Amino acid sequence: MMGVNRRDFLRIAGLTAAIGMGGKTAFDLLWPGQLDAAEGGVEGWWKSKTPENPLFPGDMAPGNEVPNPAELTAKRWGMALDMRKFTAATRAAVVKACNQVHNVPAIPGNQNIKWIWETSFEHAFPDLAQEYMDNEVHDLPFLVLCNHCDNPPCVRVCPTKATFRRADGIVMMDMHRCIGCRFCMAACPFGSRSFNFADPRKFFPDGKEPNPTYPTRTKGVVEKCTFCTERLAKGELPACVEVSGGAMLFGDMADSGSPVRQALRTRYAIRRKNELGTAPQVYYLI
Amino acid sequence: MLEKALKGEPRYWAWVVFLLVVIGAGFGAYLVQYTEGLTITGMSRDVTWGFYIAQFTFLVGVAASAVMLVLPYYLHHYKAFGRITILGEFLAISAVTMCLLFIIVDLGRPMRLMNVLLHPTPNSILFWDMVVLNGYLFINLFVGWAALGAERKELPPPKWTKPLIYLSIPWAVSIHTVTAFLYAGLPGRGFWLTAIMAPRFLASAFAAGPAVLIMLALLVKKLTKFDAGKEAIESLAKIITYAIILHLFFFFLEVFTVAYSAIPGHLSHLQYLYFGLHGHPSNVMPLMWLALCCGFTSIALLIVPKWRQNHKILLPAVILVFICTWIDKGIGMISGGFVPNPLHEITEYAPTGLELMITFGVYAVGALVLTILYKTAITVKQYKELT
Amino acid sequence: MNDKPVIIFGILVFLAIFTFPFWHAKGNAGPVPEVQLPKDQKQCVASKEYMRTTHMQLLDGWRDSVVREGNRIYVASDGKRYNMSLQNECMKCHTDKAKFCDQCHNYLGVSPYCWDCHVAPKESK
Repeated sequence: MMGVNRRDFLRIAGLTAAIGMGGKTAFDLLWPGQLDAAEGGVEGWWKSKTPENPLFPGDMAPGNEVPNPAELTAKRWGMALDMRKFTAATRAAVVKACNQVHNVPAIPGNQNIKWIWETSFEHAFPDLAQEYMDNEVHDLPFLVLCNHCDNPPCVRVCPTKATFRRADGIVMMDMHRCIGCRFCMAACPFGSRSFNFADPRKFFPDGKEPNPTYPTRTKGVVEKCTFCTERLAKGELPACVEVSGGAMLFGDMADSGSPVRQALRTRYAIRRKNELGTAPQVYYLI
Repeated sequence: MLEKALKGEPRYWAWVVFLLVVIGAGFGAYLVQYTEGLTITGMSRDVTWGFYIAQFTFLVGVAASAVMLVLPYYLHHYKAFGRITILGEFLAISAVTMCLLFIIVDLGRPMRLMNVLLHPTPNSILFWDMVVLNGYLFINLFVGWAALGAERKELPPPKWTKPLIYLSIPWAVSIHTVTAFLYAGLPGRGFWLTAIMAPRFLASAFAAGPAVLIMLALLVKKLTKFDAGKEAIESLAKIITYAIILHLFFFFLEVFTVAYSAIPGHLSHLQYLYFGLHGHPSNVMPLMWLALCCGFTSIALLIVPKWRQNHKILLPAVILVFICTWIDKGIGMISGGFVPNPLHEITEYAPTGLELMITFGVYAVGALVLTILYKTAITVKQYKELT
Repeated sequence: MNDKPVIIFGILVFLAIFTFPFWHAKGNAGPVPEVQLPKDQKQCVASKEYMRTTHMQLLDGWRDSVVREGNRIYVASDGKRYNMSLQNECMKCHTDKAKFCDQCHNYLGVSPYCWDCHVAPKESK
């Protein structure tokens, strides 16, 4: 007879443990690969980097982690959308580029996922809409996305710091840490966050493979626009800005010479729900 | 003492088996949710919390309401609550257990639950809610169990429980206040952005909790001959009367501020709940009006001392109180808060069958915990009285 | 009351179930997995021994470093620089998840959930 292989052994061991006392393997058996709560550590532990391996002292030791020297950096990233320059084709290209680069699935129904999307003025700016508006502005579809607020309520409420504000102002998501409580979604006054109600991979049709250089998400975590941190790290502008044909500006709000600041000096700009004091860093040039 | 829960009549065991079946069904439904994701619920991108968090909120109130017994009994030495206080404490234990379970079934990645402890975040109200709820669970477990154990030995409760008992009084207030803060500090959710949310939560809790307790006490009396005492029930009924009036009064305050100021960001939510929005009738409208009717009818029944002393009137009255407060928190809170969404769009919410099965499963766990604790407590108390 | 036989019976049942995997496997742990190493690369970000035992901590550190601290380059102890990315760097050499990662993971009965999100290179069939 063939011997039982090790995996089977462990499986059976797990089952017996489940009957006997429960435990890690038993848990893993019922829900494979889900026992990950022990990752990380009490706050600050994640800074401890890779530990020295006591088994192999003096062995090829772990190295250092440093930023990419080619990275685009800023004191405070911000964005401006020049509403005069947008055409239907630009808007479509922008949304498509973002969705493709970030593997944003097209989920039908109201459990969908949106990073950047088109909406009307009265939905984007419910407090500014009025009956007798400039027809042109009123009928203009606006692109909305995460505002990367200076004072982000989502970061305030997150119980695990899975969403946090980087030193350069970008409000970032740590998909490895999110527990899926969706408190951030209740807190966001812009509806900029989406939850993975189901496994997003189910929604990539055959033949339309996800972008192999960017991860998808897994069910049960919240996601949103990240101002393309992964592209900034390589010295590239956000994907939407790149394909916008100059309709979207991106730059350092702390630098008076940055394209965003230059545009804001000469053009009238509005922000979404200014009165809430979250200080959005996405500006709309009217 | 727990062995007392292992001996019972067939009726008792039938009930336990029934609860286990419901728990099993709920667990089965949860396994589906676990593998498929929260997509099996009626929640959506716009309504991101649903039935689970609503029940959680309601049950935090039921748990907090134990203070309505603990405070008079331990602080004011109100003897009439001598027999019923333990029932209140054990109800709190059962309610907090359900609260914690509702949080867990609501998580997208429950296996990462411990991240809340691994990465403690004091600026998150959810972190504090976890702290106060677990604290409250253990306070009640220790105090209730120690008191019952002492009673069995015919001794006064151990001295070390005294400070815990005093601590439990502000702690009970804290659990519902912190739970209100989960909602009341969010910009851009006009329905929740109100300073009166915590007092309103407490008022409705102090009506709902004792209402549940009266139902349970009357049921226990019928089933086991254990009588919580006429005076205890009457005092509880009085507490409920004040609390439900306060609840509706606070609701009126809310309506006044919102309606008279007529700020759309706040008003639209109330409009949605009670009248529908933009010609779109809401699916909770009938329930919201039913809650109001139940509330007012219950006040009419409870406010006359003679009526509320008559159990034939008291029982329906407290059932009405329960319906009123349950709809208010268990349905209106969530739908009202999330609809319309921050972009002023309407996405309605209704729970799915699986979602309800999981909800019933959690309630059945609570009922089982309650059954075992009550069985123990009543056996101990009756044995003591017989000898 | 004399519960002795019941208790002893209970202990026996427990021991039987508890030791089941051992006598079921007859003490045989099965064939040791064979991991397919990249043919054109000799050097990983750390020594073979280190990677074998500690790659999980290394990767765990990497993901925090990249996502939370914005450090994306790993300078190995020999001075070589790597892009800290499971799917864009590790898998460039270890191109076959099934013949590399899964070999040991299956043998040990662990299923890390990396690939729920990270996209594995297309497996050669």
